[in-house]
Amino acid sequence: MGELIAFVVLGAIAVAAGIAVVVVRNPVHSALFLVVNFFCLAVLFLVLSAEFVAALQVLVYAGAIMVLFLFVIMLLNVAGVFESQRDPLRSQRGLAVCLGLGLLAEVLAIAVSGAARLPSGGGTLPQDFGSPTLVGLLLYSQYVFPFEAVSVLLLIAMVGVVVLTKRSV
Amino acid sequence: MNHSFVPKAADMLVVGPETIVAAAAMLILLAELMPARISKAAAPWIAALGLLASFIPMTTTGISVRTGFSGMVVTDGFAVLMKAVLAVTGLLTIGFSTHYIKREDLDRAEYYALVLFAISGMMLMASSANLIMVFLSLEILSISLYVLSGFARTQPRSQEASLKYFLLGSFASAFLLYGIALVYGGAGTISLAGIANAIASEGAARNPVLLAGAGLIAVGLGFKVAAVPFQMWTPDVYEGAPSSVTAFMSVGAKAAGFAALARVFLTAFGDIKVDWMPALWAVAALTMIVGNVVAVAQTDIKRMLAYSSIAHAGYILVGLAAANQAGVSALVFYLAAYLFMNLGAWAVVILAGRRGEAGTEIDSYNGLFWRNPGAAAAMGVFMFALAGLPPTGGFMAKFYVFSAALQANMVGLVVIGALTSLVSVYYYARVTVVMFMRDPEPDAAPISTRGLLGVTLAVTAAATIYLGVLPGQLFQLAGLAQIARP
Repeated sequence: MGELIAFVVLGAIAVAAGIAVVVVRNPVHSALFLVVNFFCLAVLFLVLSAEFVAALQVLVYAGAIMVLFLFVIMLLNVAGVFESQRDPLRSQRGLAVCLGLGLLAEVLAIAVSGAARLPSGGGTLPQDFGSPTLVGLLLYSQYVFPFEAVSVLLLIAMVGVVVLTKRSV
Repeated sequence: MNHSFVPKAADMLVVGPETIVAAAAMLILLAELMPARISKAAAPWIAALGLLASFIPMTTTGISVRTGFSGMVVTDGFAVLMKAVLAVTGLLTIGFSTHYIKREDLDRAEYYALVLFAISGMMLMASSANLIMVFLSLEILSISLYVLSGFARTQPRSQEASLKYFLLGSFASAFLLYGIALVYGGAGTISLAGIANAIASEGAARNPVLLAGAGLIAVGLGFKVAAVPFQMWTPDVYEGAPSSVTAFMSVGAKAAGFAALARVFLTAFGDIKVDWMPALWAVAALTMIVGNVVAVAQTDIKRMLAYSSIAHAGYILVGLAAANQAGVSALVFYLAAYLFMNLGAWAVVILAGRRGEAGTEIDSYNGLFWRNPGAAAAMGVFMFALAGLPPTGGFMAKFYVFSAALQANMVGLVVIGALTSLVSVYYYARVTVVMFMRDPEPDAAPISTRGLLGVTLAVTAAATIYLGVLPGQLFQLAGLAQIARP
């Protein structure tokens, strides 16, 4: 029961914040509503016992990516520009509504048809499912090589950025 | 679960070559802490030594089949031979780069570091036994190549090439990722062995999700090897990128892409080859036709070689479409022969070009013979080889590819291949004609061949002829290129 209440409340806030992201005129407010949305999703992940994903959601999305968004908005100083102008994408609104409704119908169809096939009473999760410990152990044992390959990839990206942008050689 | 945090020596040996190459790249970056004069001079030597050292683990593992890191990577005859092809590509790239990057004012140690990083990614692609490794190694090589294409960052053409390659390449990576996700949905695993098991035992073969995933993976990798209809980026990127980088990626990225295509499709999707063989048939035919026909109309040698590289991707695809052991061996032989003839041709382009990427019109090759007889003769050899005329490696390569296709009863594809080869003779011969039978421009000075560039030319020309006259040894080696069935 507690889960249901958490889901309904958080879901409502997440949907409201999501609508606010597209509706408000000030891009900075828009970005802040997106943060609210991300936090709600993070708590929903917690409810689903996906602790690690919840932590990532806060760290990566609400933390790093949103800061990047805000940086770009403030650096380009578009906040003032957008408030005075009319929406350049007005002509696409009808299309957006149609596609959005289509997506909603698809998700509902999957949910309705899938609900019948779910096992009644629900299964039991294995011990420490989705915990950071388990993910860490997997990452450093079975997936240690891809993990290291990613570190090389990031090093290359960093060297590449320096090579392409450093002014004097 | 196995909680081992320390890699074992046996695991490291499987990915020994790429580890050594990547370590050499990092050493070059570290060496920049020394005075610029020393680090610049040391970079090509560190790179060459690293590539040479990568042969040690290759000879140690030989053609034995080993897996490592919980089945993430695998080494077998095919992987080792592809890695050898890539290491030689790297050595020759260094050979013609030293002169070029000094002339174009690009002489920075990061150039060699990025080339080595790209090679380590390419080698890893040949060893990937899991789709996550295919994706990561593809990104390692792609990001290095995006940066290298824009290395001449003061030139708008180079910037444009880099941006174009980056945008379209990211798009292709998205296709690959989506394909991997769909395959996971269909087979429940992304390890190549696991997918093959799922197809064989659980009847996933008829799952449309799995087939769609396989198709999207083919699109992502087809972009890297410049197969039609995913070739749009090739001419612009090849023309705009620094010539030495273009040469490197025209061989290296192609070899890596084909290595991954062959391993993924022959192991994971080996049991559903009736489903993908017709698709590859069509792509191979289209690639050969479009590449060769459009190349005829080109007046710039870099663009002509770009379309020629598309056409050659088509011939290699013929070997892959055959989907048999002869096809895999032919693919390895083709890439080995292509490496020498194509890198050689690009070395001549670098030699004949002038500062600022000038002198790449085919007309500026008028009378090259009178300005530098050696380079003109070598270019003649490379053009004959690329056209597939005997007695060069190009002829033998096409011969093996076509005979593999005949074994698989693909007569139509062989006919298309032979006809398009005839078309290609026209544009390759045109270069030869202007070099030998026209007079040079009155103000054209003789070109001197010096140092490593000359050595590179001699090696590539000799190897091209050697592979045409005595192909037996390499063919025997290529016969060992077996892809381990999981």
